[in-house]
Order: sequence, then C-alpha cells, then structure tokens
Amino acid sequence: MTKSILLVGVGGQGTILASKILTTGLMEAGYDVKMSEIHGMSQRGGSVSSQVRYGEKVMSPVIEKGKADIIVSFEKMEALRALDYLKEDGTLVVNNEEIPSMSVITGEETYGDDILEEIEKHVKAKVVNATALAEELGNVKAANIILLGTIIKAMGLEHIDWDGILEANIKPQFVELNKKALKVGMDALA
Amino acid sequence: MKKLMTGDEAIARGAYEAGVTYASAYPGTPSTEILENLATYKEIYAEWAPNEKVAMESAIGASVAGARSMVSMKHVGMNVAADPMFTWAYMGVNGGNVIVTADEPGMFSSQNEQDNRNYAKAAKIAMLEPSDSQECIDMVKAAYELGEKFDTPFIIRMTTRVCHSKSIVELKDRAEVPAKEWSKNPAKYVCLPAIARNLRAKLEKRMETLAEYSETSEFNRVEMGDTKIGVIASGVCYYYAKEVFGENASYLKLGFTNPLPANLIKDFCYKVDKVYILEENDPYIEEFVKQQGCDCIGKELFPSYGELTPDVIRACVTGEQPKLMEYDKTKLIGRAPTFCAGCPHRGLFYRLGKRKDIMISGDIGCYTLAAGKPYQAMDSTVCMGASISIGHGAQRTFNAEGKGRRVVTVLGDSTFFHTGINSLINTVYNKSNTVNIILDNRITGMTGHQNNPGTGYTAKGEETTLIKIEDLVRAIGVKHVYVINPNNLQEVDDTLDKCLALDEPSVIITRWPCVLKKFSKEDRGEFDNLFATKNKVDPEKCVGCRLCLKAGCPAMSYDKTAKKVTINRAQCVGCDVCTQVCPKDAIAKED
Repeated sequence: MTKSILLVGVGGQGTILASKILTTGLMEAGYDVKMSEIHGMSQRGGSVSSQVRYGEKVMSPVIEKGKADIIVSFEKMEALRALDYLKEDGTLVVNNEEIPSMSVITGEETYGDDILEEIEKHVKAKVVNATALAEELGNVKAANIILLGTIIKAMGLEHIDWDGILEANIKPQFVELNKKALKVGMDALA
Repeated sequence: MKKLMTGDEAIARGAYEAGVTYASAYPGTPSTEILENLATYKEIYAEWAPNEKVAMESAIGASVAGARSMVSMKHVGMNVAADPMFTWAYMGVNGGNVIVTADEPGMFSSQNEQDNRNYAKAAKIAMLEPSDSQECIDMVKAAYELGEKFDTPFIIRMTTRVCHSKSIVELKDRAEVPAKEWSKNPAKYVCLPAIARNLRAKLEKRMETLAEYSETSEFNRVEMGDTKIGVIASGVCYYYAKEVFGENASYLKLGFTNPLPANLIKDFCYKVDKVYILEENDPYIEEFVKQQGCDCIGKELFPSYGELTPDVIRACVTGEQPKLMEYDKTKLIGRAPTFCAGCPHRGLFYRLGKRKDIMISGDIGCYTLAAGKPYQAMDSTVCMGASISIGHGAQRTFNAEGKGRRVVTVLGDSTFFHTGINSLINTVYNKSNTVNIILDNRITGMTGHQNNPGTGYTAKGEETTLIKIEDLVRAIGVKHVYVINPNNLQEVDDTLDKCLALDEPSVIITRWPCVLKKFSKEDRGEFDNLFATKNKVDPEKCVGCRLCLKAGCPAMSYDKTAKKVTINRAQCVGCDVCTQVCPKDAIAKED
C-alpha cells in the first residue's frame, strides 16, 4: 500500500532538505519512492510543499486531496491551508510557528490568533514547538530535522539507519546537531 | 547504482551516458536544472546562451560539426527557438541532437500553458514523452541512437511534474562517442529554396519511416488488464491513470508520440469497450485517434487546461468528490511570493508605483511581482524582452494622441540580453522617447541564479568577458544613460524626473546585486559594504504610522501590543529603503 507524506511550509524553512533526507532513507530501505515539489517561487516567501509517496510500487508522484497519511506543517497557517489533503484518520503535525505574509505585514489581512483552534475543530493536531526545541539545541535551523523526526516516529520508520543517511547527506559540522534534532523530533511525538 | 533523481537531473544524466559533448540553454522554469546538471559533468561542454534561439543554433552547429548535442528550454522558449528549429528538421543531423521542451500544465511559473507537442507535429520532428526519471534517461539515450539512424533531431517533451518529481533511476557508465566526420555538404545544410524543396520531400519520407518505427518502439506498449476500460496516455498522465484505475483497465502507454503509431492505437481500441485519452493540455493524441476512426473519450470529459492529476481524473470519471475537511477558509491569509528583504527591486518599484499617470511596461522576472500589492507598478507583461517594444508602441500612440502620457519600461539584466536588446535598437532607430529601466542585479534571479553575459562568468563558473550594459546601450545610440543605486530613493526620483522630461529615449540602469546571489570578487570590489549591516527601529521615535510597511519588506512587522514597527534582525540586510521611507527618522543603522 502506497503511503503519502505531505510537508508544507514557507520558502526558506528547510522543507526541501527534510524531504531529501526522508526520500533517501526510504529508497535505501528498499521502498519505491517518488517525490514531487513545486518550486521556482520558493525563495521569495511563498507557500511551499513537498509530496513524498512510498511503497512497493508508486504510481502518481502527487498526493490527491483527502489522501495524505500524514501532513507535517512547518508553519501554522500552512497547516490550515493543507487540511484539504489530510485523509480522515490521518496524522497532522504542526510546528507552532507563525510567519506573517506580505499581506499581513502591510495590514491588508490579519493573521488570526485562533488558527490552531480552527485546526483542532477538525483534527486532533500534534503541536510541536520545533523552532524553540531547535534553539535549545543551539541552532534554530535544525527545526526542519526535528520535524522530520516526527514523521519518522508517526510513520513507524525508526528501523531505517537515519544516522547513516544524515552522515552521507549533511555537511560534517552539522551531522551531530541533526542527529540530536532527529531524536528530539521522534521524542516530541512519543 | 540506484539514485533518486528529478526528471531534469535524469535528462542530464541520460545525455552524459549517451556521450553528449555539447549543450546550450537559456534558463526557464521548469527546465533550468537540466543545463545546470549538464554543466557538472566535466566531459560535457555546457553553456548559457543569451536566448533559446541562440542556444538552438549553437546546438545545431555542434551537431553539424559532428558532436552529440542537447538544447533545453521551457515551453515558451521554444517560440523563440522555433525559427531555426523548423528548418533544422529539413536538414537532419550529423551528430545526434536532442531538443528538450519543459511544458507547464498548471502554469506554476509561466505566463501561458502552450502544448509544445504541436511544435513536433508542425515541424515534423520525432518526439518522445517520458513519464518518470528512468524514462528520461532511457529516452535521451534512445533519441541519440535513433536520431543518427533516421537522420532527425528529437524533441523530448517534459512537463513540470516530470521535470521536478524525483523517482529512482539506475545509473550506467558513459559511452564515449567520437564526433562524426564533418565534410562540406551543401545539399544537406544550405537551405536555399532549390535545396529545401528536395529536403522537404525527404522529410515526408522520413516521417513515413518514423511512423513505421513508432509501431514497434519499446516506448509504446500495451498492458492488458480488464477490457471494459482502455486508457491511452502519455507522460505523467500514464501514472496518474494507473493510480486511478489500477488493474481495472487496460493501458496503451505512448512514449514515442510523433509520429504516433496508427495500427497499435487501432488494435488497442478494438480490444477494449471504452477508450479514455488521458493527456494534459491539447487533444493531441485524441485528434489522431479520432482520425483513425476510433471512438474515444477525451476533452469532452477531461479538462483541456491545468494538470490532469488523479483527483481530477477521478472526479471526471466517477463524478465523485473526495470528502474533505470543511474548515473556515476565511481564516486563511494569502501567501504570494514577494521581494526578499534587501531585494534591489524594492526601492525602484516603491517609488515608481507612486507615479500614477504613467504606463509601466513590464517583463518576465522576479520584478513581475511588482504588479501586486503594495507596489502595483506594472501595467503589462507578455514575454521575455517585450517590455521595451510594447512600451515603444504605446508611447508612439500616446504621443500621437498628444496628451503627454509617458511610458516607462522595466526589465532585468538577463532579459535585456535575451531579447530586450533588439527592442531597444528599435526604440532608438524609430525615434521613441520611452524611459527604459534595466534592473541590473548582476544575475539571472528568478530561475535561481544563473550566470549571464553581464556577470563575467560562464555556466561552468569560468571567468569571461563581462559585457557592460551601459557600454552596449550607448553603442546602440542611447544618449541619456544613467547608472543608479536603486536603494537610494532620492536618486531614483531625480533620475526618473530627468528622463521623463526628455523627448529622446533614455536608459536607467539600476545596479545593485541580488541579495541571494553568491557574490563574485567583482561584486565585492564594486559595491561597498554589501548587505553587511542591520537596521533597527528606535521605539522612542516610532509613532506606529506603518508607512514603512508600504515598502513591502518581509523583515518588518507591526507589533500590535506596542503599536510600533519592529525589524527581524535575522532577515534585515541593511538596504536602508525603510530608513528613507520613515517620516520620523525612527529607523537607523545598528551601532
């Protein structure tokens, strides 16, 4: 059975690296894997998403609405925007981070203070303070790997050699930090 | 060895394995990464051309001289390259030649959604359509073998989902293919009318031969399952169809799609009760199937624009809509892309947008984002390089009306080199008086930082002659040329005033590098203190008027509790635009 993982966030949050680590691990574990990204505008503060699908034989590289097994949102508002994609009994992980868009900065729109409440009306979200946890580890940029840890835990993928995958794909000086971040993420969902 | 690759990476890998030695392209989403990856192989000479026509012609030259060559472009790039391509089809190849087009169903980063399979048909060039990354490799390699065998260039038609989706590929070794011998052969390569008439007849013969080959191509295959539904699909739609119908249908997967295999299609249609044609954009396959006298269901059921993703197919076939969570959509905020903190376009468009009585003729690049709020500083955008010529036509018309309305054109450095330069020659030659602004951020920004003739570096990162835009425009005959710092708002205003008062054409070059660029040593030498400072708001002086926020900087936000503006230190790069906008002098450099 093909599984579908949707990572959403805002350009610059590191969703692409997280999905690269994830898909490499899945491939090395013997799964067929497909990943689809829409980029081009991603460095300019727009919404971004990575769609990852794995299983014995994956057909479509894109996830249908209402069919994601798990959505991990790196930002609160993007979690709400992605709700259409979650299947009925799917898992939603939300990083408790608020990034205003340009329409909010210029005062045209307001970023509501009840976004998590709106999400919770429809699905029991697992809220993670990945940014704060990453700061505790000494580098706020590790938030993406913490969130990757939540996916690994939620999808039961702990058996894959993630430390080895990190060593092969991340600059040596950041490997230890990211190994710790991955564990923090897995524990955050325990 | 197995590896996860995007389709773009796999096209480059296929070219590498096929022994390609020459590649040229102009950047354009979703095709850009093809040449970027080709440039990483030391065996391949890869270059950025100023536009797709030049890239196509260079790749033709390499093929004629005997090399296996590749040219890649986004779909609209093929419009630029079409002139040489149509005659190239007549000539046939020496070394194999592959032309990659990356189409954009859904228009994620494009101005239109044209279906370039029509080009293959119109130009009579053989075409392959990959569905995933492995097929990208396999088809590129086959295209060189078949192209040299049948004496034809090949078009490989990709779409965004094939270009930017990753799937697993098997890597093989490179085959070193020695360059073919070149000899004088005007009967093949000089398309004078008398020669072209001969070649034209040969082209028809070649298409007949290729049509026979298409019937047996490994890329056109039948997978029989349940015969109540038969699906004919090409590209990623094949996988979308498999996702929806699984074992409950039979499939004719078409990969060799020009010429299409008539007999294979007819045989398949006879074997199944109902035929769905699943293809994105135009009814390219559908019209052919109907011509063969076969009943099929295509665009009367499936949309002819946008992506044909599994949910779209499912909704069309079953009428079922998936059960979705019905949340309060009014709580969503928009999140359109925007100029980065420190973007050198901000200062110019912040001031230009204040001038309400002018027409601003825009172009293709990051700066097209100026059309939206808060700048609203763009009145037209058509295609690469069009700003200057559209502005010329409009200014001529306004001048004839005699109402004194002025036109300002804006385009980037790379776009100017692409085709803007031709338009500027026209403006000078035909005595226009438009104000032409070239946003020189020293890189091709929108597509992710590719070198261009103005950066001083090649696609391979080698140093080369830096072509100075001011020298070029003066040589064309523009007498009023100003090079300004767009972060200096007074300089922007003063220069605009000066140029708008002229009855001759003028060029304003706004020069400051893209904030995301990896700065070259020349950048560091030319620009002082490049993004090395931070600004802060003095809460004592800030009155919370929020005027600074209208400059649209993502590093700034309004603190509702304190009723003051704050600057995100991690994002600010000290461009100083906000400092100049603040009426209370509340923003200054950090100590």
